[in-house]
Amino acid sequence: MTSLPQQRGDKRLGLVIDLDVCVGCHACAVNCKEWNAGGVAAPLTDLDPYGKDPHGVWFNRVHTFEAGTGASGRTVHFPRSCLHCEEPACVTVCPTGASYKRAEDGIVLVNEDLCIGCKLCSWACPYGAREYDDDAGVMKKCTLCIDRIYNENLRAEERVPACVATCPTSARSFGDLGDPQSAVSTLVRERGGYDLMPEMEYRPTNKYLPPRPRRDAADAGAAASAAPPLEPVSGAGGLLGFIDRLLSD
Amino acid sequence: MHPALSVIVFTTLSGAGYGLLGWLGVYAAAGLLPPDRPFAIAAMLLALGAVTAGLLSSTLHLGHPERAWRALSQWRSSWLSREGVASLVTYLPALAFGAAWILDDGTGAPARISGVLATLCAVLTVVCTAYIYRSLKPVPRWCNAWVVPNYLALAAMTGALLLALLADGFAQPLPATHVLAAAAIVIALMGKLGYWRFIDSARLASTPESATGLGGLGAVRLFEAPHTSDNYLMKEMGFRIARKHARKLRILAVVLGFVLPFVLIATAGIAGGVIAAAASLLAVASALIGILTERWLFFAEAQHTVTLYYGRRLGMEN
Repeated sequence: MTSLPQQRGDKRLGLVIDLDVCVGCHACAVNCKEWNAGGVAAPLTDLDPYGKDPHGVWFNRVHTFEAGTGASGRTVHFPRSCLHCEEPACVTVCPTGASYKRAEDGIVLVNEDLCIGCKLCSWACPYGAREYDDDAGVMKKCTLCIDRIYNENLRAEERVPACVATCPTSARSFGDLGDPQSAVSTLVRERGGYDLMPEMEYRPTNKYLPPRPRRDAADAGAAASAAPPLEPVSGAGGLLGFIDRLLSD
Repeated sequence: MHPALSVIVFTTLSGAGYGLLGWLGVYAAAGLLPPDRPFAIAAMLLALGAVTAGLLSSTLHLGHPERAWRALSQWRSSWLSREGVASLVTYLPALAFGAAWILDDGTGAPARISGVLATLCAVLTVVCTAYIYRSLKPVPRWCNAWVVPNYLALAAMTGALLLALLADGFAQPLPATHVLAAAAIVIALMGKLGYWRFIDSARLASTPESATGLGGLGAVRLFEAPHTSDNYLMKEMGFRIARKHARKLRILAVVLGFVLPFVLIATAGIAGGVIAAAASLLAVASALIGILTERWLFFAEAQHTVTLYYGRRLGMEN
C-alpha cells in the first residue's frame, strides 16, 4: 500500500549527521555498501567495476562543498542518504505498492518483489536517495539497516546502522527522533539541527547539525598578545651571552 | 531529466490516439458521424492502434515489464497507477463505441452515449498522464500549472489533425475538421509558448544553499563529487542540454509541430479532393515529428533538485 500509514506510532527512527565533525573519509559509504551488499537489499550491483565507466548502487554518498569565501569560508563534508521523510512522495507515487513507509518506526522501504522498475520514485525524491539497480531491474534505497537495528543476533551496541557503527569521528548518530527526550533529539535541539530543502515540504526525519561557528581571527590575535612577555636575560656570559647579544641587535 | 525514447513515443502516440478518440466521441454526440463502415473501421483502428502502441511502448522502459499489471493497484495515491487504470477503463466505452458505430451507425443512441463516455475517459487518461509530471515537486519545470493544459491541448491538436486526415482520405463530409484542427493548433501553440516563457523566467525555491543548509556561511559550491564517474542519479536526472541547442530545437518544434501543420491544414481546407488528403497527411507527419521534438525537450529541459548536490544551479544551462 503506497498511501501513507494513517495510524502512526510515536517512533521516528533516523540519523543525525554532524557536519562540524565529519572529515569526509567515506567510511560510512563504504561500510554501508559492505553491509548491504549482503543484507536485505543485496546485491548492490556494480557494473563495469574495473572498467572505464564503473557505476553501481550505493545508499550513501559523501559530497564535499565549499561554503562562503575568504576567512569565513569553510570546506564541509556532506554525507547524503535517505532521510526517511514524513511526507515521502517516493512512496505515494509508486504505482505497485512496492514502496512503503512503516507505521511503527517511519522507515521507508522497497519491496523488491513488487517493484516494476519504473523509476518514478527516484524522480519524486528531491534528495537522490533512491538508486536503480540495472542488473536486478528494481529500485533500491537505504533501509536504515533494518536488518541490524532489530537484529537480536547482534550485540546490543552493534544494533545501529552500518554507517553509524563505522564512523571514526562519531559524526553520525542513530535514534528515535520522535522521542523529545532521546539523545538524538537533544542533540538536534542543542546544536540547531535542520532539515534539507524544507521548501519541498517532505519533512525529513534525518537532521543535519551545522558546522560550529569559527573562532574568528581577531579572537585568535587577542589570545596571542595576552601571553605574558618573556623575562629579559641579563648579564649572561660565554656562549649564552654571545647568543643574547646576537639576538638583541 | 533523461529523455527516454519509450516514454516520449508513448506520450506522443497515446496523446494523438486519445485526441482522435475524444473528437470522434464529440462528433458522435453531435450526431455528425457518417455511417460509413470502412471509415469507421479505419478511424477506430487508428485511434486504438495509436493508444495501444503507446501503452506497449511505455512498458519497454520498465525493469520488470512482466509485473506491469501490479501498477493498477495503487490508484488511491499514484497518478501513474491512475493513468494505468484510466487507460484500461477507456477501452470499454471505446470498444462499445466502435462496435455501435461500425455495426449499427454513428448517429444512433448507443454510439452517441458510448462516444461521450469514450471522450470523457480519453480526457481523463491524458490528465492522469500529465499529472504524473505535474505532481513531481523536485522537477520545477514539470511541477507547474502549464503542464496539464499543455498535454491536453497537444493531444487535442494531434487528434484533430488525425481526424482531418481521415475525413480527407475517405472523402467523408465531416464538417469543420480543418477549422477544428487549425484552432487546436493555435491554442496548443499558445500554451506551449506560455510554458517556455514560464520555465525561462520562473524563480526557483531550491538552491545548493537550501539543499545543504549551509547558506548561512555564504554561497555553496561543489568542491569534490562523491564519485568519479556518473552514477544512476546523474545519468537519469542529470541530463543537460545546452541552451543554444534548446533554442534551435524549440524553433524546430514550433515550425514542424505547429506552423507547417497550420499552413498545410489550411491548404487542405481550401483545396479539397486529392490535394486535401495529401496536405493533411503531410500535416500529420510534420506535427508528429514536431511534437516528438517538443516532448524530447520537455524531458531534456527539465532539471531535478538532486543535481544541486552535484554542483549545479536550477534554471541555468550553458
